[in-house]
Amino acid sequence: MRGWAERLIGSGGAMARGLLPSYLLLLAQENLEFRLPEIKSLLSLCGGQFSSQQEIRINSPFWILSFPSEEMARGLMKRTVCAKSIFELWSQGKSAVELYTSLKNYPVEKMVPYLQSNSTYKIHIHAFNKTLTQEEKIRRIDALEFLPFEGKVNLKNPEHIFWILEDYGMDPNNVPENPLDLYFGRWIADGQRELIESYSVKRRHFIGNTSMDACLSFIMANHGRVKPNDVVFDPFVGTGGLLISSAHFGAYVCGTDIDFNTVHGLGKASRKNQKWRGPDENIRANLRQYGLEKYYLDALVSDASKPIWRKEMLFDAIITDQNHISISSNYHLSDIFFDLLNSAAEYLVMGGRLVYWLPVYKPEYTEEIIPRHPCLKLISNCEQMLSSHTSRRLITMEKVKEFEDEDQYSHLLDYQSLLYKGHNSFREKYFSGVTKRIAKEEKDNQKCSSLSCPSAILLMDLAVMLAGQMPVLAQAAGIN
Amino acid sequence: MKLLTHNMLTSHVRGVRPGGGFPLRIQATEVKVNNVDFNQEFVARMIPKVEWGALVEAAESLGHLSDLPHELPPEYENNEDFLRKVHHVLLEVEVMEGILKCPDSGREFPITKGIPNMLLSEEET
Repeated sequence: MRGWAERLIGSGGAMARGLLPSYLLLLAQENLEFRLPEIKSLLSLCGGQFSSQQEIRINSPFWILSFPSEEMARGLMKRTVCAKSIFELWSQGKSAVELYTSLKNYPVEKMVPYLQSNSTYKIHIHAFNKTLTQEEKIRRIDALEFLPFEGKVNLKNPEHIFWILEDYGMDPNNVPENPLDLYFGRWIADGQRELIESYSVKRRHFIGNTSMDACLSFIMANHGRVKPNDVVFDPFVGTGGLLISSAHFGAYVCGTDIDFNTVHGLGKASRKNQKWRGPDENIRANLRQYGLEKYYLDALVSDASKPIWRKEMLFDAIITDQNHISISSNYHLSDIFFDLLNSAAEYLVMGGRLVYWLPVYKPEYTEEIIPRHPCLKLISNCEQMLSSHTSRRLITMEKVKEFEDEDQYSHLLDYQSLLYKGHNSFREKYFSGVTKRIAKEEKDNQKCSSLSCPSAILLMDLAVMLAGQMPVLAQAAGIN
Repeated sequence: MKLLTHNMLTSHVRGVRPGGGFPLRIQATEVKVNNVDFNQEFVARMIPKVEWGALVEAAESLGHLSDLPHELPPEYENNEDFLRKVHHVLLEVEVMEGILKCPDSGREFPITKGIPNMLLSEEET
């Protein structure tokens, strides 16, 4: 299966070993490709940098990281939606014996503060890819009696929680008798996985056909390194779903969309059993629903390809999903990404990030099709499958060079006129095909309207089109 | 439309002289004041980005100058009294109905239900 191939990531190496405390990160087994960029972005946001004491297995739910302080671990967990929990790692081993030996070698002075007689604790067992019986769990807890626990056991509300974590590998059809890796650690904090439920699109007031799933929208804000008091901009704001995650992290948000009805919350509803949008279904009300209205700046009706901002007014992040753009808008699809990169280069602060989705027709994908800009550095590129032939890639770029006038399409001019000429007929065919399809979808939608996703079809068309155009564009942009 | 947003906007009509599209003149028929939680750090952070003269002019034209001085005072970062006034003008005063007028070309952009419409026709861009 694609994506499960074990890839090894370069480590902080021997330098870090022994110098920095080790932490065990327990990750959720979904959105696998998005995890490392999220953790790296968040660590840099907390003033640290990613370093692993050993080579991490990128698809494993267990990563051992090292950084200077527990404070940083807590900062990371206040933001991550990819990781479940973090632990101060006391010991590890390939077998129970190895685990206990390593635990006996853990410095007593580091344990003692958490084992005091006036404290309470409990021990939790977590097995990955196996279900342990109650008896097996008790046996594991009993085996730890050599630890100098002085406190009282309290299962409901303990001060300290210690975890035994056992890894039975990634293959559910081939679960080994004994764990492949074992860890013992002190629980420090949980991540923000509960946001996925509390911000679920199902319970959102104002949605569109293409509202981003809550987990991904938080991942986007994390890849974008959004922080409190930032100004975050979405040039294809739609129903404002992406503003919500940034506002949740304390950023002030604004957006534009070319579709008047969407920005005004008018027109047909995207929800089952509801024909028209209610009077207060709009972006602002969405933020209000989550207590985030104070972070709302404005939503405007505007064409993302036209610069409406004063040059000196810079955004800290541009986070967007341009794939719901209206077919009737006359927006030249091939230009979306270059307008987007260009405005990011111009309107981001230095070090500010652009996060957006690039639709991909998989058989023709190569890294070269990712649009480049002289002012923007590619930070990460994570694939999400949509069908056997299509996917979309979450692209994160960082502004690394001040924007100068010569950066404005300078490297594209020759190719642009060429593109307009060469692809006009193609575009006509493309639009006529899509228009028919959209009409059909609307009909289908009325029949069985639910949270369906016509964007998948739209996206596929976009991807097919990109497959035709992007190599030329990328070539134009990339060779810099 | 909040006045912070107004301070960020410029006209992009074809043929406007460089820098000539700012600030857009506000002709408001309805202005509303909404309470927004005061965040001193954010306001202090925004002030260097704001075109001060344009902000004062806009606030004055709406009758919501709120005692803002025409010159930005020195060392405002810890002047809570001053920052609260700026907060009010930047984030609480909102134009609900009216137009934004390009100072150079005279092109008008309507504001309805608090939302500016910045769309131009093909010929205008």
